[in-house]
This record gives sequence, structure tokens and C-alpha cells, in this order.
Amino acid sequence: MPHDHAPHPYRPDQDGPLTEAQVTEIAIRELLIEKGITTASEVTAEVEAMDARSPAQGARVIARAWTDADFKARLLADGTAACEELGIEMGTLKLVALENTETTHNVIVCTLCSCYPRNLLGLPPDWYKSRAYRSRTVKEPRAVLREFGTRLPDKMAVRVHDSTADMRYLVIPSRPEGSDTLTEDALAALVTRDGMIGVTQL
Amino acid sequence: MADRVRVKSWMPPGHIRTPAYLRGKTGEIERRLPAFPNPELLAYHLPAPDIPLLRVRFTMEEVWGADAERPEDVIEAEIFAHWLEPA
Repeated sequence: MPHDHAPHPYRPDQDGPLTEAQVTEIAIRELLIEKGITTASEVTAEVEAMDARSPAQGARVIARAWTDADFKARLLADGTAACEELGIEMGTLKLVALENTETTHNVIVCTLCSCYPRNLLGLPPDWYKSRAYRSRTVKEPRAVLREFGTRLPDKMAVRVHDSTADMRYLVIPSRPEGSDTLTEDALAALVTRDGMIGVTQL
Repeated sequence: MADRVRVKSWMPPGHIRTPAYLRGKTGEIERRLPAFPNPELLAYHLPAPDIPLLRVRFTMEEVWGADAERPEDVIEAEIFAHWLEPA
């Protein structure tokens, strides 16, 4: 197609040479397939499974916690086991759930990399992996929250959780006012990814 | 392990899961987690014995001093036991 309008910024095609890591990945993948250890369709299926994960799983957990106090207690005591109760495949993910209350707001960050409960929330948003979010959230969380439109009352304490090692974190947002009559499915639809990271309130 | 702990202020090279901004800081144990393989060895495919992991709570004042945005807010992080000493 001709492209004959005024110049504008564009993102160049990625025609540069492969990095060492990319060459290594391709070599290992091809060897595993040649040796019959895996197949190309298994690799594709794994990528699809990874892409299919979404915050809907986490929202289901939150809606259950809002409607079932015993479940919430189990979720706070052992996040991994409680999610497995709901049939969620946790794999190696070890979960700590943290509850927002009238006096405490929780927010999650991984200063060292981008640790994230992918089984529950899908792939992390780009900003979660940015140096700005990672460095500022531990230093000035209230300023970061304000940039997400989250203004906390003065009396509310902030707990920042740096996901430094083997645990992953899920914030249980406060249940929105006026949601008393909603079904569990309708409640789950109110729960957002950002609410479960703790950068917004619902 | 005491309930008040100080993070060692080692600065070794390698794959370390103790953030530099918490080294030398004092906090209280928020909860005790199971033991996990030592990531400093695991990263290099070396035999990595399990080490207890603890969640430690630090005040913003302890971490950032006079620059703290709100001194009484807290930061919690997972720190492996070999990085902690009684405070």
C-alpha cells in the first residue's frame, strides 16, 4: 500500500540481529522439538494458556470472600489453598491475600522485577513493570495512588507490600457500598485488576 | 528469631532477593512463611537448601528517615532468615 501522507513518528520494524538470549531460546526450543521432548503445538498451547489468564479468576476469589466470611478467613490464612478450593490451578504460586479495611489500604509492588500473581490476574500491565512504579511505590505510595485517582482519607494507613521472594500478593478490596443485594457473579464483575493490585479502590 | 530484626547490611554480588533499600534497616516480623530454596544459590543451579522466609514490616520513617512521605505508613517485604539478625 502506498503511504503518502504527512510524516509522523513510527515504530521501526524489529529487523536488528537477534540477541544472544533470543538465539539461545530458539536453539533450545528446536532441540527439544527435534528430540521429541515437546512439540510445536505444545509450545503454542502453553503460550495460549498464558495469554488466556485474566483478572476474572482473581475477581471470582474476591466476590467469594465478600459473600462468605469463612472463605475470607481461609483466604487470609492460606491464600493458595483457598484459591485451589475454587478450582483455580495455582501451580507453584504461593499466595498471600491482604484485606483493605476502613483504616488500612494495601498496595503491591515488586521492586526487584515484576513478580505478579499471573494465575489470578493474567499478565501484569506495563506500568507495573516500569522503573517509575517500582521505585516510587515504596518511597511515595500516596503520591503514586493519587496519580491513579486514588485519594485516601487522612486517617487511613498505607501498607506497601514489596514482593521480594517466593510469595505473590492479592489485595481484597473493600466491598463497594450499595452492593448488598448483588449476586456473587455480579459482584465479581465489579472487581478490577487495579483494585486487586491496590492502586485503586472500587 | 526475635520479633524485632535488623536486615544485614551486606552488599554481596550476585542474585540477591533482599532489596538494597532495606539493608541495615530494623523492622518487626509480620509473619513467618515456609522455607524456600536459597535463591542466591538456586540462580546458579547450585544445590540450594531451604531457608525460612519471613515477612518483615518496616515503618517509612525507618526506611526513608526525614524524607518519609508519611512516617507511620509501612513497607513489608519477604526476607530470608540468613539476612536477619535480632535487633
